[in-house]
Amino acid sequence: MPDAPAVYGLAATFATPEAVMEAARAAHEQGYQRVEAYTPFPVEGLAELFHRPRSRVPMITAIGAIVGGSGAYFMMWYACVISYPWNIGGKPPHSWPTFIPITFELTVLSASLFAFFGLFALCKLPQLFHPLFRTAAFRRASRDRYVLCVESADPKFDLAACRELFRTAGCKAVFEVPWR
Amino acid sequence: MTATNPHLAEGGGDYLLAPGHTTGGVSDQISDVVLKRPLGYGWLLGFAVVFAGTLMLTTAIGYLIVRGVGIWGIDIPVAWGFAIVNFVWWIGIGHAGTFISAMLFLMKQDWRTSINRFAEAMTLFAVACAALFPLLHLGRIQFFYWLIPYPNSMYLWPQFRSPLVWDVFAVSTYGTVSLLFWYTGLVPDLATLRDRAKNPIAWAFFGILSLGWRGASRHWEHHQKAYLLMAGMAAPLVVSVHSIVGADFAAAQVPGWHSTIFPPYFVAGAIFSGFAMVLTLVIPVRAVYGLQNFITDRHIDNCCKLLLVTSLLVCYGYCSEWYMAWYSGDPNETFVALNRFVGPYGPAYWVMLFCNCVAPQLLWFRRVRRMIWLVFILSLLINVGMWLERFIIIITSLHRDFIISSWGMYTPTFWDWATFIGTIGMFLTLIFIFVRILPAISIFEVRELVHRSEEGPNA
Repeated sequence: MPDAPAVYGLAATFATPEAVMEAARAAHEQGYQRVEAYTPFPVEGLAELFHRPRSRVPMITAIGAIVGGSGAYFMMWYACVISYPWNIGGKPPHSWPTFIPITFELTVLSASLFAFFGLFALCKLPQLFHPLFRTAAFRRASRDRYVLCVESADPKFDLAACRELFRTAGCKAVFEVPWR
Repeated sequence: MTATNPHLAEGGGDYLLAPGHTTGGVSDQISDVVLKRPLGYGWLLGFAVVFAGTLMLTTAIGYLIVRGVGIWGIDIPVAWGFAIVNFVWWIGIGHAGTFISAMLFLMKQDWRTSINRFAEAMTLFAVACAALFPLLHLGRIQFFYWLIPYPNSMYLWPQFRSPLVWDVFAVSTYGTVSLLFWYTGLVPDLATLRDRAKNPIAWAFFGILSLGWRGASRHWEHHQKAYLLMAGMAAPLVVSVHSIVGADFAAAQVPGWHSTIFPPYFVAGAIFSGFAMVLTLVIPVRAVYGLQNFITDRHIDNCCKLLLVTSLLVCYGYCSEWYMAWYSGDPNETFVALNRFVGPYGPAYWVMLFCNCVAPQLLWFRRVRRMIWLVFILSLLINVGMWLERFIIIITSLHRDFIISSWGMYTPTFWDWATFIGTIGMFLTLIFIFVRILPAISIFEVRELVHRSEEGPNA
């Protein structure tokens, strides 16, 4: 692409979670849409600043629970009533109370598997390379720095304006994020 | 960081986290145990010993496969010997890990943060040891997959009305969910190690394992939701697993087993033995790796209180057994209860009562809870006591059958002991490897705790 932007985005490091939240709020107010914050631990209230749709992890987990639970019950019902009816102590073939433990176990198993794989699918992981990994400053985002990055894909993206935004918000350092 | 800080100073200079920490400092200290600390002679010597145990286990398993379960002391009437004793003991130990990581997380107990990673690892390794035993006990190990329902040419299904089949599902679900939960919590910390690694092999290792975690706010949003949901599912799961193990016994008509108290009493016993194992492991590890500022005397104190509570629950279970033996008026039940005290395995019963009921009473005293060496000894005694409890339940109930002509004795053989001690070796081998290659304390949760502490009492 001839007119592809030269950089992935412009990023800045902040010393405290409050500062990065302030910067994220300012970026949102100025109309930036492709903004993301990177923090060493989950900062309360930060994700809400980006006004994204709610996480779909709970829904995926619920689907997993329903699939696992109903699948388990159906399997036992099919085995004990249709495929291999067998008289155990005079109990009816469809003796549902004895099916509950396995239904519960497989509900939990399936819901956990859905939650786990759903989590990483929604995060678009594994993705071993990301432009941010090229910058030395980003390494501290998993330690004690809070990084905000405005991506060049943003329609409003402008190096000078972003730089100014970060400065006003009180950043520690600003750095360009090259594509590779 | 003031004295009125809610997370740091409670009970007068009593810390959950020693003061003066920064988010950067805690990241460095925990990750340096993995990245910078050289392999000492102490670790190598310890590893050599426990790895010898693992080799003994593989030898014992190899010989078992060649010769069959006849090499063990099991026979009629005691067909459930060490294998089931060890299975129940190991799976019980795992329960404290899930209790710490899931239940205490849901109840927002901040003190769990420094020990949850370690306790979850303990759970995984204990479940791995536990899961070996039913498979080895099958006799024909190559047919283990017959336990799993699958379309087969024999047109057969497992018997879904049996607690023994429930156990297959409970234990495999428990192992899988524990692994997923543990790994979900590990990913952000693996990213920290990736970013701090200087060695290219370590960098690649942690880079691949951390899956490219960037700590983006979107990532954390999904992560926290998934973590909470998994904790919410793991909490009832842990109760269900040992209840089902209890039902394995309670569903049989054997006197001494056929009792509705078994599921809750097994769960209490599981958490009791698990907390004892947590203390047995954590006390030496924090001393060796200098982690006393994360795993403080407050943590030990809290674990001791839980030990005391669960010890009382277990004692209640014993009392209930005695009471029911008397109240039922069933001569076989009464005989089993008395036989435990004065029968051939009587000494084991008395030792068990001392370890599980008498010795833990010392924990009522705050001074005892602060004497770390004494707590360590108590934790070892409880481990022994809980192992003996499972031995008593299984062996004494079976060795005196309904008809006197079918009475028998159970004597463990060399191979029984080799398999049992071998699993302890395997368990410790995994712990030794774990503390060297993975962060033993959840770094991102400690960072969060440090941050919340900095915000002060009104935050």
